[in-house]
Formats: sequence, structure tokens, C-alpha cells
Amino acid sequence: MRPNDRKYTKTHEWVKLSGDEVLIGITDFAVQELCSGNEGDLVYCDLPEPGRSIEAGETFGEIESVKAVADLNAPVAGTVTEINVNVEEHLEVLSRDPWNQGWLIKMQPRTKALDAPELLDAAAYEAFITASKH
Amino acid sequence: MKETPLHDVHVRLGARMVEFGGWHMPLQYGSILDEGRAVRTTCGLFDLSHMGRFEVQGRDAVALVDRVCTNHCAKIPVGSIRYSLLCRDDGHPIDDLLIYRDEVGVYLVVNASNSERDLDWIRTHARGLAAEVLDTTAATAMLALQGPRSQEILAAVTRAIDLGTLRYYRFGFGTVAGLARTRISRTGYTGEDGFELYLPAAEGTRVWNELTKAGAALGLTPIGLGARDVLRLEAGMALYGHELSEELNPREAGVEFALALTPEKGDFVGRAGLEALDKKRGARLVGITTEGPRVPRQGHELYRDGARVGQVASGGVSPTLGINIGSAFVRLGLDVEGAELELDVRGKRQPCRVRELPFYSRTRKK
Repeated sequence: MRPNDRKYTKTHEWVKLSGDEVLIGITDFAVQELCSGNEGDLVYCDLPEPGRSIEAGETFGEIESVKAVADLNAPVAGTVTEINVNVEEHLEVLSRDPWNQGWLIKMQPRTKALDAPELLDAAAYEAFITASKH
Repeated sequence: MKETPLHDVHVRLGARMVEFGGWHMPLQYGSILDEGRAVRTTCGLFDLSHMGRFEVQGRDAVALVDRVCTNHCAKIPVGSIRYSLLCRDDGHPIDDLLIYRDEVGVYLVVNASNSERDLDWIRTHARGLAAEVLDTTAATAMLALQGPRSQEILAAVTRAIDLGTLRYYRFGFGTVAGLARTRISRTGYTGEDGFELYLPAAEGTRVWNELTKAGAALGLTPIGLGARDVLRLEAGMALYGHELSEELNPREAGVEFALALTPEKGDFVGRAGLEALDKKRGARLVGITTEGPRVPRQGHELYRDGARVGQVASGGVSPTLGINIGSAFVRLGLDVEGAELELDVRGKRQPCRVRELPFYSRTRKK
């Protein structure tokens, strides 16, 4: 089961409250889709400049593997305050720990509550993935 | 989605399966880069049963192939293979293929995604000729061994043919895993030495297993379509839908060796079109390399001094060179080794450099 302390999107990002801010990353499923368990097949991650304002659902970056490029979409609206430069240098972190060390961006969210109807909890996200496999 | 006779083998090996040309095929069993390196250093085993396989039979089999193909079938010695295009009247290719010149008749190997259309096209052009085209795809399996240890591994399960004297782009018939008269060609799509085998569908899995056993100690590895694609790109080989398509000018794509525009070949479907397209050349297919992090991908545009000067046909991470590579149609004049261009990845520019294809070439066995 995936962590219950955050919400998930149907495009396989997660968002988690962290004090006044939110952390955003991608799920283990997204990483698996990109590199099939071969962390060396991840080649590039493009993250936004701090200060950029992003709408919910907007593409804020890209992640690339040997075989594909995927958009990174913002689960909530806000302003980027920090990016995880460690991930840009060490993409294998995404494969090893997508939930903690593998966070991608920190944002000052426009609204605090993660209660938008399109955000899924862990159980709903699990159900969504299971359904999309069939 | 269609499944090859090896489908269950791939699933059991834990392959990541994808749709390709209407077939459910293995993209990768492990890391694409590791699979690519295995082919360059030891040997890879491929299931290519999705490719279309046709037998052209009848008194006019050669004449039919010469009517629709750009290469000159009548001039191919029995036991040899040539690469060819299949073109529309206007010279734009509907596919590329291999022509095997049999003692009686001709054997064609075409791309999976174009197979049905090719079959219709060739049959439509058979009017007035004593020739028929049989689609043997479903009844057969096709495997490839690619890499420096290929001959050693294949020889361990093969009798009644001398693989050592079978030269590149030649074929013969031998006994493979007990199957007499198996078609064996020294061909491939990786730039490595290797072989392609044509088998009864029901025997595909057994032969795969015997090859796997014979190659285990030599590092034989199953290889998916992901590594196959980047290996052929390293070797500078065209992929239909990327370097060749109905929208692209084949005279720009470096496939002149497939075009027999000689007096003795005579007229064929697409000849006039191909001759006209020669005068419309504005670009040339070249390699590009980039030290930047982004991988060139099909459709990315190339710029020089703010002007668009080309477009990427294929791209990938080179397992052999360790950098990002691509093939691209670059405007004539800038299609020169070392020319500095910019790769546009969704509005972000990254420097890249023109290279002659191929990126990788082994010394071919004589």
C-alpha cells in the first residue's frame, strides 16, 4: 500500500502537506512505467525555476527515460519555492525512494486543503491503477 | 492484438510487453542499455515473429517482385539477399523489405505494421503474371541471434550447413535443433554479426529454449524491441515510419543502395516518381549527437541561427557510445560532419552536432 499521508493524481503525481507548503513528487507506478525497474534507464528530469506560479493540472516539468518522456503535472495550484536539485543529479533516488527523498518540487499552495475532487487517496489511487491495467 | 508463438516465453521472462505494429511484443526484459551492450559484446536472442513473411511463387515470381520492388530481383544470385523499398507510383515508399532469392521463387520479409497492406499491394500488381503471394507469417516463427558469439551459439544446435562460410546477406538451409531445411540467413538489424532463422510456428519456443541453453555459458540474453531500435539506429539502418515514410523523400534517406535505377531493371512501380524525387532533394539523413541531457526524439526540430534547418527522425540513448544520438534530415549545406545545430525540445534549445551515419560499424566477416 502507498503512503496514506498524501493525495494522488490520475497522472501519477503525489502531493503532501509539509508545514505551510506542499511537496510534490511522482509515484512508484510512474517510475516503473518509465524505467521498468531499471533505474539506470532514467536519463533526465526538468524542473521549474523557484518563483514560478503554476495552476492545478499544469505541466511544470518533464521526466525522461531511455524510451519515453513524461509530463510532470501539478496536483494543486501554487508557487514553486524550492526544487530538489539532488534528484536532477541522481535520478536513481526516484526509483529507490519516490515518497521521501524523491520529492521533486516544494510549493506554496494557493489553498491549504488537499480536498479537490480530482485528488485521490491511496486506496482510490490503487483502484485507479488496477482498473487502468485491464 | 496478435501474439507470436513466443508470447508466453516473453511473459514468463517478465518482459515489459507493448503493442507494436498490431502485435503484443517485448519492449525489454531488463535494462534497455544493458540489452544493447549484451548484443555488442556477446549475443542477443530476438523474437521477430511479428515481421511479415511472404512466399512469392509461380513462373513469374521474380518478375512480380521486380514490378513492385526498387531493387533488381532478377540480378540477385540464388542464396543472396537484398534490401529494397516498395514504393507508390509517386516514389514514396509504403514499406522497406528484404528480398531472399530462392532457387524457385522469392521470399520477402516486411514490417509488421505494413504487412497486410504490402500483401494487398503486391497482389494487386500481379495482374497478367503467373505468380501468387502466400502470407506465411502465422504459420512460422522468426528468431534472430545478434552479436559476436552468434555463430558459436547457433553452430551448437545446427547441422548440415557450414555457418563459417555463410557470408553477410547470404542464406542457406540447415538442420536447426533437429529441424531439417531451416532457412538461415546471415542478416540482422543491429550492425552486429548474426543470423535470422525461419521456423515452423509450433517449433519456435523449442528452438528458443535450445538456443538459450546453448548460449547460457556465453552470455546469451533475450533482447526486446527497445534495444533493437537503438542498435539499428547506431548502425545507421532505416526504420519505416521514422527515416522512411509516405511523407518523406526516400532520396534524402541514404537508401540509394536499394534503388536499381538502371536501364536493365526496366520500368517498375515508382520508378518515375523516384527519378522525380531526386530533383526535389532539399535535405539529407545524417546522424546527430548531443552531449546535453535531452534525448533527441522523432519530430524534434533542428535550428541554426534561429532558422529551422532540419527534423529528427529517430533518437535514443546509445548503449555503445554512452551519449544521446539521433538521425535527422538536415538541410543540404549543413549536412556536414561537425556542423553545430540546436535541438529544440519543446522550446528549450540544446546544442548538437552533425555526424555521418553510422555511429557504429563492426568489421564485417568476409
